[in-house]
Amino acid sequence: MDRNHRVFRGFSNAVLALVSLAALLPFWLLISASLTEETTAVKQGFRFLPQVFSTEAYRFMASSWVLFGRAYLISIIVTTLGIAIGIAVTLPLGYVIAREGLPGRKVLTFLIIFTMMFNGGLVATYLMYTVTFHIKDTLWALIVPNMVTNAFFVIMIKNYFQYSIPKELFEATRIDGASEFAMFTRIAAPLAKPIAATLALMTGVSYWNDWMNGLYYLDNQKLYGIQNLLNAIATSTRYLAQGAGVGVRLPTETVRMAAAVIAVLPIMIAYPFFQEYFVRGITMGGVKE
Amino acid sequence: MDRSRSIRRAWKWVPLYALAVPGLAYFFINNYLPMEGLVIAFKSYTAKAGIWGSPWIGLKNFEFLFVSKEAWTITRNTLGYNLAFILVNTVLGIALAIFLNEIRKKSLRKVYQTMILLPYLMSMVVVGYLVTAFLGENTGIVNGILRSLGGQNIQWYTTKAYWPFILLVVNTWRMVGFDTIIYLASIVGFGDQYYEAAEIDGATKLQQIRHITLPLLKPSIVMLLTMSMGRIFRSDFGLFFQVPRSNGLLYDVTQTIDTYVYRALLVKGDIGMSSAASFYQSFVCLAMILLFNWMMRRYSRENALF
Repeated sequence: MDRNHRVFRGFSNAVLALVSLAALLPFWLLISASLTEETTAVKQGFRFLPQVFSTEAYRFMASSWVLFGRAYLISIIVTTLGIAIGIAVTLPLGYVIAREGLPGRKVLTFLIIFTMMFNGGLVATYLMYTVTFHIKDTLWALIVPNMVTNAFFVIMIKNYFQYSIPKELFEATRIDGASEFAMFTRIAAPLAKPIAATLALMTGVSYWNDWMNGLYYLDNQKLYGIQNLLNAIATSTRYLAQGAGVGVRLPTETVRMAAAVIAVLPIMIAYPFFQEYFVRGITMGGVKE
Repeated sequence: MDRSRSIRRAWKWVPLYALAVPGLAYFFINNYLPMEGLVIAFKSYTAKAGIWGSPWIGLKNFEFLFVSKEAWTITRNTLGYNLAFILVNTVLGIALAIFLNEIRKKSLRKVYQTMILLPYLMSMVVVGYLVTAFLGENTGIVNGILRSLGGQNIQWYTTKAYWPFILLVVNTWRMVGFDTIIYLASIVGFGDQYYEAAEIDGATKLQQIRHITLPLLKPSIVMLLTMSMGRIFRSDFGLFFQVPRSNGLLYDVTQTIDTYVYRALLVKGDIGMSSAASFYQSFVCLAMILLFNWMMRRYSRENALF
């Protein structure tokens, strides 16, 4: 390798190392902030290493575990249900519009892609879900609106079936006279495991991270998941104070940071192991005919 | 005889349509049914009368919207931020993808890639918290360090001038990994042969980037740009809602069409104004997509959306 190459590679490494650090640094600060003693934090500001270390914020969360535990549990339930429903709905649809020769396939594909370009907007969607479907203050409000599936996911599945599975596998079964339904359950679905995993992870992350449905459709704070809890305590301490016992000091600023830490923890832990699935999903979702 | 055979042939597709039903039903309810609600923009809507029972009022809602100063502000902010985001993410995304492609050690490349994409997986609520950890009035690290150096707090959350910059940085931090991954996938797909030939001719790395990588990337760039142009009238609601902490003093530089619609609908309860803004957004968006698709068809047919 000549000098020019070595210099360029060295430069690439340096830039990427810096960018990676910049990507990670805010999380580092968040964790450090959550472990800082409250009055020090207010007086001196957070640092990348706590000036006065304290687990007070986490102890406070443990003492008002009803508040945090309930939100966490709701997030887990919603995410689990969301993944199950999302896969059940998306996988077959993606398979169908990938099936060459199906009459009307082009129309179906267009109807799905069209939803990426045009929609009724928030007002119409909000009124439909609240007035027609009475979804307000139910668990369904966190699961159904805008979350179950989307054109991106369907196209991702379609592209997988179309480009990543050898056609011969289907041809052979077709000659054997298997029905179209059997082809899906016996051939396509088992072969789709990697993309189903990708879909499950992407759907899971979007459910875990969703706070907009809660913002739009929930008045009852008892149904808040972890993200809506975070949203509620971001600017007001009233909500946090409910969880506090009588005479317990409320370390507001650091509790906020600690709550954010527990909200990102599942993703931070799981993500490095599933990184490749996400990358595959992102690259496979590109609209391609 | 012939007829029964064609019926049998049609019959064999029924299971496939059945498989598509749940998904299609969802798209119908979630994405198509609300479209009828677009007419609310031309009505004086009351919940009691419902969408079709409420009286038509022509363009009244739009008149109210467009005489207000806000119509211009939200249009300018939505377009301006999106253009800046598209430009920065495209340039940085391509640069980072080229750098990543240089890293031959698989494990190291994976580490970089994993870290650069991590912010993309964070909810905007959490991103809002991360920003306060830096910029919070008393607890933020920036003001903390300023104070320890004998300086004064900077009022980040009430000073308009900082926000275009803050929002650009936050958006880049969160989104650049996504573009990087897509461009990297294309670059990896080019294979080594062009580069090997260039090596033999003694081309430097920069020459290779300029004369091989960038021209080959053109279709991907055009495709991603077209997709973002189609969304240029939609803003990332979370970014503009969570990060500036809904501070009214900042609306001039942080309010976009999406936050405006939300606030008009659910904070003020003004269905007329919010539906007019929502309608305006949906239709300009559609017009943009048709326009860019038309341009795309002229540029390269196979990359056009339809």
